[in-house]
Amino acid sequence: MNITVTDLSVDRGPTTVLDTVSATVAAGEFVGVVGPNGAGKTTLLRTILGALTPASGRVTLDGDRVTELSSRAVSRRLAAVPQRTGIAFEFTVREVVEMGRHPHTPRLGSDPDPDRVDAAMHRTEVTHLADRPIDAVSGGERQRVLLARAIAQDAPGLLLDEPTASLDVNHQVRTLDLVADLAAADRTVVAAIHDLNLAARYCDRLLLLADGDIVARGPPETVLTPAAIETAFGTRAVVRPDPLTDAPVVTAFPDRAAARSATVHLVGGGPLAARAIAVLDDAGFTVTAGIVPTGDTITDTAAALGVETVAAPPFDTPDADTVDAATTLQAAADVTVAVPGPTAATPANIRLIEAADRRVVVETTADTALDAGPARYAPVEALPTAVTAALADAQATPPVG
Amino acid sequence: MRQSRGVAAAWLVGLAALLVVVVLWSATIGAADIGLRGVALVVLDALGLLEYAAPGTHTRVIVLQFRLPRVVLGALVGTALAVAGTVMQGFFRNPLADPSIVGVSAGAAAGAVAFIVAPVAAIPFGLPTAALLGGLLTGFAVYIIATEDGHTPVATLLLAGVAVQTFLGAAVSLMMIRASDGGLRRAIVWLLGNLGASTWTEVQIVAAITVTAVVVLLAFGRDLNVLLLGEADAHALGVEVQRSKQLLLAIASILTGAAVMFVGVIGFVGLVVPHVMRLLVGPDHRLLLPTSALAGGAFLVVADAVARWGAAATPVGVITAFVGAPFFLYLLRRREVYAL
Repeated sequence: MNITVTDLSVDRGPTTVLDTVSATVAAGEFVGVVGPNGAGKTTLLRTILGALTPASGRVTLDGDRVTELSSRAVSRRLAAVPQRTGIAFEFTVREVVEMGRHPHTPRLGSDPDPDRVDAAMHRTEVTHLADRPIDAVSGGERQRVLLARAIAQDAPGLLLDEPTASLDVNHQVRTLDLVADLAAADRTVVAAIHDLNLAARYCDRLLLLADGDIVARGPPETVLTPAAIETAFGTRAVVRPDPLTDAPVVTAFPDRAAARSATVHLVGGGPLAARAIAVLDDAGFTVTAGIVPTGDTITDTAAALGVETVAAPPFDTPDADTVDAATTLQAAADVTVAVPGPTAATPANIRLIEAADRRVVVETTADTALDAGPARYAPVEALPTAVTAALADAQATPPVG
Repeated sequence: MRQSRGVAAAWLVGLAALLVVVVLWSATIGAADIGLRGVALVVLDALGLLEYAAPGTHTRVIVLQFRLPRVVLGALVGTALAVAGTVMQGFFRNPLADPSIVGVSAGAAAGAVAFIVAPVAAIPFGLPTAALLGGLLTGFAVYIIATEDGHTPVATLLLAGVAVQTFLGAAVSLMMIRASDGGLRRAIVWLLGNLGASTWTEVQIVAAITVTAVVVLLAFGRDLNVLLLGEADAHALGVEVQRSKQLLLAIASILTGAAVMFVGVIGFVGLVVPHVMRLLVGPDHRLLLPTSALAGGAFLVVADAVARWGAAATPVGVITAFVGAPFFLYLLRRREVYAL
């Protein structure tokens, strides 16, 4: 079944929550709707379901406008897993899952296919809870019960609003695996997912929603770019492929630009240096870096955080321009931070470290220790404190020890 | 269903038997000494099930013309109130909801008292008709007030009902202050609820409305269950939310109007009976509605029997409140009834 949204605008009171949104989802697709709080994800799902009436535009299910279908007709085409459900009186888990059969049960009669209830409970692993009152199960179990209800509903389309929000890691992954299986069995799946990394890992396509409009769409790796995330969420982020799944992994950093005061130049490379850049940036320092081997792990972090970096090909003596550029950055900085390791140990970088007025060296294990002369030593987490202390030093060279 | 089919059937058969027994027992109470056997024989004979040398005409008249109409009317009113209360509690997803919540009882009271104060001779069944019309018009007005753009949020409906009830309560007080002494007494008796002098005509009218309404509601048991999940969920599960709301509200209001039109406002039956049955059989309306119907009938028959037994002319509404209110407080302390 095709779900098509055309020029859809939805108002909630005086505010326009969705503004001329268009999208199509085909059978067999698992499309994730991502975006910041209040972007309109839930509104989009509820409008597709026909629970909200659009101000303009339309939603069609295989060409039929959803606003012209009866609730019963819609419920045979679309099953929904809501974010929350209000259950005032205590139905058992089984009774709640049985309600998923409501669209298929005649008013005066019984469910023609009652086995689907057991099958659905089995698939979401809630069979053992069948006789428990629904208000006596945990939030995560309740979400799985609602997914079972949607599966029992046996509709070709599935809409999920934050299906993993209160699940533990194990059930997050199992639930999305199950949803991906349902999509693979030719269902049309649209899910609002808060967690960008889970969305990237499981969805075929993403719709990035911000301020009521789709700002990016397509496969996760093309949607989740630092620029798109900055536009949508107003935060800077680093995007790297996950080493195990190859799905994009997003790490966001708050923007502390307003607090920027002193400048720190970082010499070093590798994961520890990337971490040091993030910690310093987070503390509000303006950070520069170099000389870094081209392609080092810190280049992504540096780029995402707007860190000016001088890079040079590895295993090669850097040319004079590179050294000059790095020296200029280092000279402009108030404090130089050295991260011991092969990068910091190149002759050009050692000269940079030795030229620094105020030095802080990141503490590491002994075999990568760096003889940087008089310096403050600090573990990476304590870098902001150490840099602040170094700034307070009257003299360029701090006392030994 | 929580209860297996066998257990459900046992509840229904048991409660139906209980209702029959309390109806017969209640008909034994009164000045003339007629035992359970005498009542049973008269009833069987009247139903044509017995070739029996009928009891004396005197006994027949007392049982069939005086006692049974009152007892059967009590059973029907109890059924109507309990079913209306069950629907309202499910519909509002609120344990404090009762049949009067959208102002039907208050409107009926206003209609009845207005008729007592200023009777219009041209209306057939003047007082009950005025009460029924007052009740239904009020329920409809509250619905219109709470509806905007084709949506009726239950919270708005509930608050509109409270406001209208308060307004009508004030109007009733004002009319009673202006009433003559005789009118004041009649008004108070009606407001307290009284099964007084009932006839088979009244029984037939209330029976026709109650039986029809309960049968229709039974077909909506599953819809009521789904509505308990909230309106968004109910829509997703194929319930036409607004249309179901209109229908359920209309039927519950008609039931409430039918219950109060002849006998006045009888409180607590529609609040307490659904709660007790929900504790006993669970929240599934497919079982909860019929069991509440039977239990509500039995409860009001017993309450009326107590009223007739005790001091002369104790209104049955006083008995149900005396029994119902403490019991409800007990449920509240047991946390069986949840906070709003």
